[in-house]
This record gives sequence, structure tokens and C-alpha cells, in this order.
Amino acid sequence: MTADLAERVAAAKAGDRAAFDDLVRATHADAYTLAYRLVGNEEDARDVVQEAYLRAFKSIKKFREDAAFSTWLYRIVANCASTSLSKRSRHRHEILDEEALIEDTRVEIDPVAHNEALAERDRLTAALRELPDALRSVVVLRDVYDLPHEAIAAELGISEANAKVRLHRARRKLRETLYPLRGEDQAHAV
Amino acid sequence: MQSETTFTSLTCEAIAATLADYADGVGSAPNDVRAHVETCLRCQAEIVQYRRLLRNLHTLRTEVLEPAPGHLTAVLAHLEAAGERRAIRSIMSGRRGAYVGGIALATAAAGAAGAVVLAGRARRRALAS
Repeated sequence: MTADLAERVAAAKAGDRAAFDDLVRATHADAYTLAYRLVGNEEDARDVVQEAYLRAFKSIKKFREDAAFSTWLYRIVANCASTSLSKRSRHRHEILDEEALIEDTRVEIDPVAHNEALAERDRLTAALRELPDALRSVVVLRDVYDLPHEAIAAELGISEANAKVRLHRARRKLRETLYPLRGEDQAHAV
Repeated sequence: MQSETTFTSLTCEAIAATLADYADGVGSAPNDVRAHVETCLRCQAEIVQYRRLLRNLHTLRTEVLEPAPGHLTAVLAHLEAAGERRAIRSIMSGRRGAYVGGIALATAAAGAAGAVVLAGRARRRALAS
């Protein structure tokens, strides 16, 4: 956590509303990105982020600062996303938002390699979207956001053992889809 | 999808669940698993693909999706409204406290006044008798 962010966290904990607004501004895009990756569509992601910040606002005094503010916020987003996913009808048509802007922060060195990396990333995000919600949540929280199994289990309301099983299934499904070995079903390739 | 190739006492299927963990660097593989992987090209290939997958998943962390314009404003407005609701609740509960306190104070004062009156009557009766 940067010194400035830590300062704003301390002020927000002391009841400074403007400081909390600053924290929202500083973390909003990250929170939205996580929410989008978890729920898979823009509309639900917006609702999840709104609810997450409301919960964070109400419980900021309980934030113990033994983890980064962003990690604490990610856990709240994960919890809100889990609630949203459980409410969502399993048969609802999932709208893929083609217009979501992606800001690539990497330095472009080799255009060919860069384009290949972009294509591979697109295949990965598409494969992630194809995963069942229960598997996607776990693999995103663990392998993209580095949350520990314990935190993932707590926020998704499942056991740690279940979280590990879901992670294994998600990784396996992604690998089989993206990098099938000889003899594996090629029809899954994205 | 797994072959049933057996190079050691283990099969590919038996260790499939652990390959991603080893690719992720979680713990160290037991000797029998390591012995199997060292002689099994399929499991080696699988670990390589898991490494690639995990590396790519990790790079997603550096990407930021920009929400629609106006969403940040909406979130801040939502928080503002929630803050106002809390403040109003706080004021109301403060007023309620003041109201209850006032009643308690008035009751105590009335009790004290009653006691003084009763004591005066008792004193007058005592003097009369």
C-alpha cells in the first residue's frame, strides 16, 4: 500500500468521507475489473462494485490493515459477486460486452509478439467466460488475484477443500481448452 | 483424457490433480511423482502447459477494464446518499436519546419534589401532634 493510500485509509477509518471517496477513485477500475471477471457482464459488475463499496464504507472501521486495502476490497467484491451469481438465473443469457475497453499497460517491444500475446489473452478471457460461475470465481481469485484458498473459501461460502477441488477443475478445463494435448478433445478449443 | 501410461508405480491419471500445483510451485513433488514425471513426456508437456496457463492468468492482473463513463460518479453518489441516511439515523437516535433523557430527568425531578412535599407534611403533622 502506498503511503498516500495508507493515509487515506487511516483518514477514512477516522470517519473522513472525502478520504473514502479518494479510496474509491483510486481503486474503482480495479474493483470493476475483478467484478467483471467474476460475473462476466457489465451490468452485474456495476451492481457488484456499487454494493461492494457500500459494504466497505460501512465496515471500513473494521479493516485491520494487516492486509493491503486492495486485498480487503477484493474480498468484499468477491463476496458481493458470489451473492450476485447465486441470485442470477442459471439460464440467463450472458451478454458478452464487446465494448469493454482494455487498457494494456505493458510496454510494447515486439509488435508481432505483442499481437500474439493479445490473441492468446483474448482466447484466455473467452475460455474464462465459458467456465461455469463456480469454477471461474475460484480460478480468477486464486490465479489472477492471488487470494489465499482460505480467503476464497470464506468469501464464496464454501470449504477450503471445495475451493481447491474447484481450482483444480477450472485449471484443467482451461488447459484442455487452450492447450490440448494429443488425444484430448480438440472440439473444446476456442 | 489421460493416458494410462505407467512408468513407475503411478499412472498419469493418478497424478493429474497435482500437476498444476507443481507447475505453480506449491510444495515439492513426492519422490514417486517426480520419478514418474521425469520419465513421462506427456506429464512433462502437461506441466509446461499449466505453467503457460498460470503465467497468462497472472498477466490478466495487470489489465484494467474501464467501466462505462458515469459509473464512478454513480458509485460516489450512492455512497453520499448512504452517508446521509446514516447521518440522519444518527441524529434521530441522538434526539431519541435526548427525549428519553429528558423524560427520565423530569421523572426524577417530580419524584424529588414529591418527596419534599411528603417530608413537609410529615413534619407539620409531627409539630401539630
